[in-house]
Amino acid sequence: MESKDYKKGQPRWCPGCGDHFFLASLHKALAEIGVAPKDIAVISGIGCSSRLPHYMATYGMNTIHGRAAAIATGAKVTNPNLDVWQVSGDGDGLAIGGNHFIHANRRNIDLNMILLNNRIYGLTKGQYSPTSPRGFVSKSSPYGTVEDPFRPAELCFGARGHFFARAVATDAPGTIEVLKAAHDHKGASVCEILQNCVIFNNGTHDSVYDKEGRKKNAIYVRHGEKLVFGENNEFGLVQQGFGLKVVEIGKDGYTLDDILVHDAHCEDNTLQLKLALMGDGDGFPIALGVIRDVPAPTYDEAVTAQIAEVSATKKYHNFAELLETNDIWEVRE
Amino acid sequence: MSEQLDIKELEQVVVRFSGDSGDGMQLAGNIFSTVSATVGNSISTFPDYPADIRAPQGSLTGVSGFQVHIGASKVYTPGDLCDVLVAMNAAAFKTQLRYAKPNATIIIDTDSFTKKDLEKAEFKTDDYIAEMGVDPDRVIACPLTTMVKDALLAPPSGAVGGASVDLKTALKCRNMFALGLVCWLFSRDLDVAFNFLREKFAKKPAIAEANIKVIQAGYDYGHNTHSAAMNVYRIESREKKPGRYMDITGNKATAYGFIAAAEKAGLQLYLGSYPITPATDVLHELSKHKSLGVKTVQCEDEISGCASAVGASFAGALAVTSTSGPGICLKSEAMNLAVIMELPLVVLDVQRGGPATGLPTKSEQTDLLQVLFGRNGESPMPVMAALSPTDCFDAAYEASKMALEHMTPVVLLTDAFIANGSGAFKLPKLEEYPAINPPYVPEELRGTWTPYMRAENGTRYWAVPGREGFTHILGGLEKDNKTGAISTNPENHDLMTRLRAEKIARIQVPDLDVEGDKDDADLLIVGFGSTYGHLHAAMDELRAAGQKVALAQFKYLNPLPANTAEVLKRYPKVVVAEQNMGQLAAYLRMKVDNFVPAQFNQVKGQPFVVTELVEAFKQLF
Repeated sequence: MESKDYKKGQPRWCPGCGDHFFLASLHKALAEIGVAPKDIAVISGIGCSSRLPHYMATYGMNTIHGRAAAIATGAKVTNPNLDVWQVSGDGDGLAIGGNHFIHANRRNIDLNMILLNNRIYGLTKGQYSPTSPRGFVSKSSPYGTVEDPFRPAELCFGARGHFFARAVATDAPGTIEVLKAAHDHKGASVCEILQNCVIFNNGTHDSVYDKEGRKKNAIYVRHGEKLVFGENNEFGLVQQGFGLKVVEIGKDGYTLDDILVHDAHCEDNTLQLKLALMGDGDGFPIALGVIRDVPAPTYDEAVTAQIAEVSATKKYHNFAELLETNDIWEVRE
Repeated sequence: MSEQLDIKELEQVVVRFSGDSGDGMQLAGNIFSTVSATVGNSISTFPDYPADIRAPQGSLTGVSGFQVHIGASKVYTPGDLCDVLVAMNAAAFKTQLRYAKPNATIIIDTDSFTKKDLEKAEFKTDDYIAEMGVDPDRVIACPLTTMVKDALLAPPSGAVGGASVDLKTALKCRNMFALGLVCWLFSRDLDVAFNFLREKFAKKPAIAEANIKVIQAGYDYGHNTHSAAMNVYRIESREKKPGRYMDITGNKATAYGFIAAAEKAGLQLYLGSYPITPATDVLHELSKHKSLGVKTVQCEDEISGCASAVGASFAGALAVTSTSGPGICLKSEAMNLAVIMELPLVVLDVQRGGPATGLPTKSEQTDLLQVLFGRNGESPMPVMAALSPTDCFDAAYEASKMALEHMTPVVLLTDAFIANGSGAFKLPKLEEYPAINPPYVPEELRGTWTPYMRAENGTRYWAVPGREGFTHILGGLEKDNKTGAISTNPENHDLMTRLRAEKIARIQVPDLDVEGDKDDADLLIVGFGSTYGHLHAAMDELRAAGQKVALAQFKYLNPLPANTAEVLKRYPKVVVAEQNMGQLAAYLRMKVDNFVPAQFNQVKGQPFVVTELVEAFKQLF
């Protein structure tokens, strides 16, 4: 498969929109994964990013605001062989669709859940979203918001999510890597994609939006590898007390041996959450890559398994046999 | 005591079993109706539950009733007032007497009328029979609890083995004593009841035998003690329809209809639902049948119940979402998505009292205009309403067939009354039901097909994911009629709006049937859905009194039957009777020029009362 096999139409997003970058990476990732387009369903809600299914040569739906995860749930339960990608923005996925987001994670249904986070409502022309930082000035918050944002990883983990990854839209290799990992993970896989809105929230992810910025301000986390970052990997993360700490390797007595090794497969999400929440102007780098990836029974498989299990023990397997399980009487002539 | 009893023939009888929620009144009622149906009597039942799960024992709010109507000829309703009232405690006696005819026989357990019981039931005197103004001769007052204990706990005497149950189990059999008494009163054969219990408690034979022993004790008590004072009755079966039957509630029949339709269509059945009274039993029922491949998802909310069903439909299932009125409010958004995506979906609305949370356990027909019109945009959607508990099966089957063959969401209206009520259900033969053929996109269109291409009847074709060569995108945004791409073109939107409307308008539904004096009625009674039984019974009474009356009951509300206007204008007077403030009347006035009916509207949360209908209709002649 090649990425053109998954591609359709001409995107109509604003020039420079993060959605363009993400779409190209998705095409490439799907080509590398190799599932036939006929066996893929891309299901989105409403918003700029939710236009995405229109540019896919797969099955898909661009549905209604906030409901993509719920709709995707029904599709996946009905046909577990479908490779289902659910695409939402931060408003679609975490505001109006917040309930479906947490329950898809809790149920652990095998959906690849893409959260395109530009911290703004774009299609309705610039209102603050549930990921906009406190004090954010927008058309609907001219004096700044007076509420705290969701941090998507926290929400995912709070809902007992088993997979969380993050990538920057402009970082194609990083995005492709997490998309492939999301696909390989059986269960709900949340990928937060940091992306820019050139019109209403330009520069929101500037610190990591280009390669130079990522070198300084991001850390790529990979399971089994040391948590090091910096232009020459000169920094690393160590555990200190209940928290993490940035250290310079070779300074203050810290050697490479002291640096934490990333464990994405650890059932306990405490340190994974600490990684995921870094970089909020706190002197820590923003974690990119697969932060949590823990195997767990999936909802769709469990449904199928239960049907097989119950079917083996029950004596009725069609409607006529079902009727016979009731108290029946006969009225004679 | 004479063995030669004076047995009187009865045309029909209504028995109401009442007691605490935990007294097993429903089981007693069910067995009585089954025993009666087995001899070919017509039956109709209705449970009247309290809203509280377990109100304090013996309290007025904790009383639940189960009414059974049996007749020699067809009975259409569970009956207005009862001929026999079983009151297992003081609270039941107090609250349920209003459902009894003035000359009704009343069976009470005197052991449950202690000073404390009377206080809980807010009696003012010790002479509760006089206090309620009841003729003592009509009361079978027996120490029922004591007799049950005697029957089960007395040391085994002679050759007869004791049933060997503990006190708690013995007390749970009280309902069976009452049942035994009622069976004696109506000369019922106990063998059917015994078989019923042996089957029901197949895994607990000791329980079955204890119950059986108590039924027999109740029967013998009646026979030995009251034969002199009370008449014993018999209800013959005049309209025997031979066949195999089961007792079925409307909710169960609805669930069975969906199962049958899915099997006929060769599709997986998917239910997305959220618990809501009085619809939850459909979720319960379908959740049981995994061996039929039924998939049920108890969703996080009503919204996702419907939304997930839309996803299931896209993926190729017969998709259903079940709810009551408040749930429809939340589902209407995803229902509309199914409208514009033209995907099959059945939305079951088991109506209850509203607005808002309203009266969750009570029955109304107040969602009609909501399901017809309660969505944004031009949103045509077929609507059907089941006529009776057993008709729920056919209605669910037909709604499924309509949705699948016309690629549209369909609303099926039932309500708390028929959902919880039951009737004798002749076991259907699936091979006798019409085929269900969804319009799958023909293979020859591969390469040229676009999502909004239509079959001859205006229906969009269905291409299910997984099929090679038919990948496509649907969505909630308006699409170009030809390419299927997003379009805001004014002409295209106008065209698509019309195409969606025409598609629904062209669905063929059966003509409106007129019963009674169809050729020369002076009054046509019009209703829809679950009021069929009461309106039919009212018509029968009026005709028996010499009036010329006909009945037209709507089952198909959108599209309306082709002969609707003709029928409504055929008779000098028309009354539209419904359990709302006039929703059907308003809708028919909108659809039929110069149609101005009389109206009978009642919104009490209770089924119509036939005598009230008759009195009201008499005023119209």
